[in-house]
Amino acid sequence: MTLYIARRLVWTVVVVACVLAITFAVFYLLPAGDPALRFAGKNPTDAELALIHQRLGLDKPWYVQFGKFSKNFFVGDQFGWPGLGYTYAGQTSVKALIVQRAPRTLLLIAGAAILWLVVGVSIGVLSAVKRRTIVDRLAMGFALVGISTPVFWLGLMALYIFWRQLGWTGGTGYVSPIDSPTGFISHMILPWIVLALLYAAFYARMTRNNLLETLGEDYIRTARAKGLPERTVIFKHGLRASLTPIVTMFGLDIALLVGGAIITESVFNIQGLGYLAINSALQQDLPIVVGVVLLGSVAVALANLIVDILYAFIDPRVRYA
Amino acid sequence: MSTSHDGTLLDVRGLTVRFPTSDGVVQAVSDVSFSLSRGETLGVVGESGSGKSVSNLAIMGLLNRQRTAISGQVEFMGRDLLTLPPDDLRHIRGKDIAMVFQDPFACLHPMYRVGAQIAEAVTAHQDVSKDAAWARAVELLDHVGIPNAKSRARDYPHQFSGGMRQRAMIAMALVHNPSILICDEPTTALDVTVQAQIIELIEEVKREFDIGVILVTHDLGVVAETANAVMVMYAGRIMEYGPARQIFEQPQHPYTWGLLDSMPSIERRLTALVPIEGSPPSLLAPPPGCPFHPRCRYRFEPCPVDRPPLVSPLPEAHPDACHLAWDEKVREGAKRSVTRLGDAA
Repeated sequence: MTLYIARRLVWTVVVVACVLAITFAVFYLLPAGDPALRFAGKNPTDAELALIHQRLGLDKPWYVQFGKFSKNFFVGDQFGWPGLGYTYAGQTSVKALIVQRAPRTLLLIAGAAILWLVVGVSIGVLSAVKRRTIVDRLAMGFALVGISTPVFWLGLMALYIFWRQLGWTGGTGYVSPIDSPTGFISHMILPWIVLALLYAAFYARMTRNNLLETLGEDYIRTARAKGLPERTVIFKHGLRASLTPIVTMFGLDIALLVGGAIITESVFNIQGLGYLAINSALQQDLPIVVGVVLLGSVAVALANLIVDILYAFIDPRVRYA
Repeated sequence: MSTSHDGTLLDVRGLTVRFPTSDGVVQAVSDVSFSLSRGETLGVVGESGSGKSVSNLAIMGLLNRQRTAISGQVEFMGRDLLTLPPDDLRHIRGKDIAMVFQDPFACLHPMYRVGAQIAEAVTAHQDVSKDAAWARAVELLDHVGIPNAKSRARDYPHQFSGGMRQRAMIAMALVHNPSILICDEPTTALDVTVQAQIIELIEEVKREFDIGVILVTHDLGVVAETANAVMVMYAGRIMEYGPARQIFEQPQHPYTWGLLDSMPSIERRLTALVPIEGSPPSLLAPPPGCPFHPRCRYRFEPCPVDRPPLVSPLPEAHPDACHLAWDEKVREGAKRSVTRLGDAA
């Protein structure tokens, strides 16, 4: 087990290193324009450009640049670890900007993830157990609606009904839970539900299909032949075996949302990471985009690591493989 | 027939199982009747799809009641298992009637320790501590011949060989000293050398606990070694049913003859094997008359029209379902007569 985790850990570091290299190549080597032009402001002189080149290390060969880029990332720069440099626009720390925005996105994802996991898996189980009944039909109807409803439309409708018409919830924008816990929840409840709905629908379908497949296995028949109550058969023997693909999806879905909750963030004006990345891309503020991309990739790599470890706990066959 | 008299454990009357499908109704088991006593091994033989397994699943209540139509009676200790509420049946399942399945690779849950799965069978019907249940699991694993049972109980199924898994399944079935052990092709998935060990283990268990065993198999050799009574099934119906000695010495049904002809033995060279031509009929639209007639070498006028009932041709003979004249049954049966060396009866 320790060996297994160690192997996975080494692999994760390798993946992060690859991500770093690809990100560097895409953002610093491929663009035709000179990054120094972005720093220099309007109508720079050649002397100014040369100075910036020197300061940014752009006069060095690419491998020296990449070395510095990697060193900053792993060891840190003047703004601390991980070193992500400073923005073109304000010459401020990219890291500070991301640290300021990240909690919004992470809290949005966390709340939604809990919601969709609980609701999605429950509906899926219910639907599988009550297969071919009206309950199953309703649940799968819900799933179809959830999957096919566009998030922006759902978000706007939710805001219109629950905020403007009924006044039950807070409106757009973000309220820090430290400033006002009730305001935080009141503002987050709609984004949570809207973001969770699509995923809950997916998870309901996935849980139902996995569970139905598992319930057809021979070892489920053995469990019944032992005289176990149907409850135990389904929740202990059935659900455990159908959980593995769900854990995989869950890990990846959360990680992908780190930079990908952009639509929900936009509709509810929560200025999180996705929002930051899009705006920076529009303003061609490269270091910020690089920072968010790196964070997102590292999140995916870490989620994979966690999923692999969870896997080994759920399925003993993985441990001995 | 009177029930529950001296030693009769299970009395099955007119068991019929139908599965409604989108293409029509599949009648997997038709009018099957038999009984089982303590200390008896009933061998059930037939090709795949002959209804052997389905009958047993019906007896165990393991068929989905909403999607199957089951009729007839399955009387166990004065109660009809087919009309018992699901929760009452659950208390019999695994306690009084236990089952060992065909594929030990698929029948154990891959994510739980072998010991835990057996201990779970203990606590399913008995209010004991987890430690006591585990101790019982280890004791049983040891009993069925798992070496180092104490440490092997902590293994997962994938760390067991096929034979060991089947032993574990038998250990699981023995947890509550059941009256009936149903073995559904327990050796089909195993190596030949292991097959003999498992059959021997089942026989030992039968003698030791004085239980009734239903042994489903398509291996006539296994039946010849162990069974007291034999039931030959084809297309969901009983073709021939009687004491094992009679079935092997004086087989009466052409289907049984076919099975015996296609069975290799030491005396008979492989070239002398005669397979049964064709394949079993679709149970969605079984042939009229005798279900075996399309493949039968002895068929004559009544076979495609009248279905022969399961009756004894003579008082001293066992019941069969065939139109052939008794003389011919005797003559043809004698050609296939097998005298068992070590008669278990």
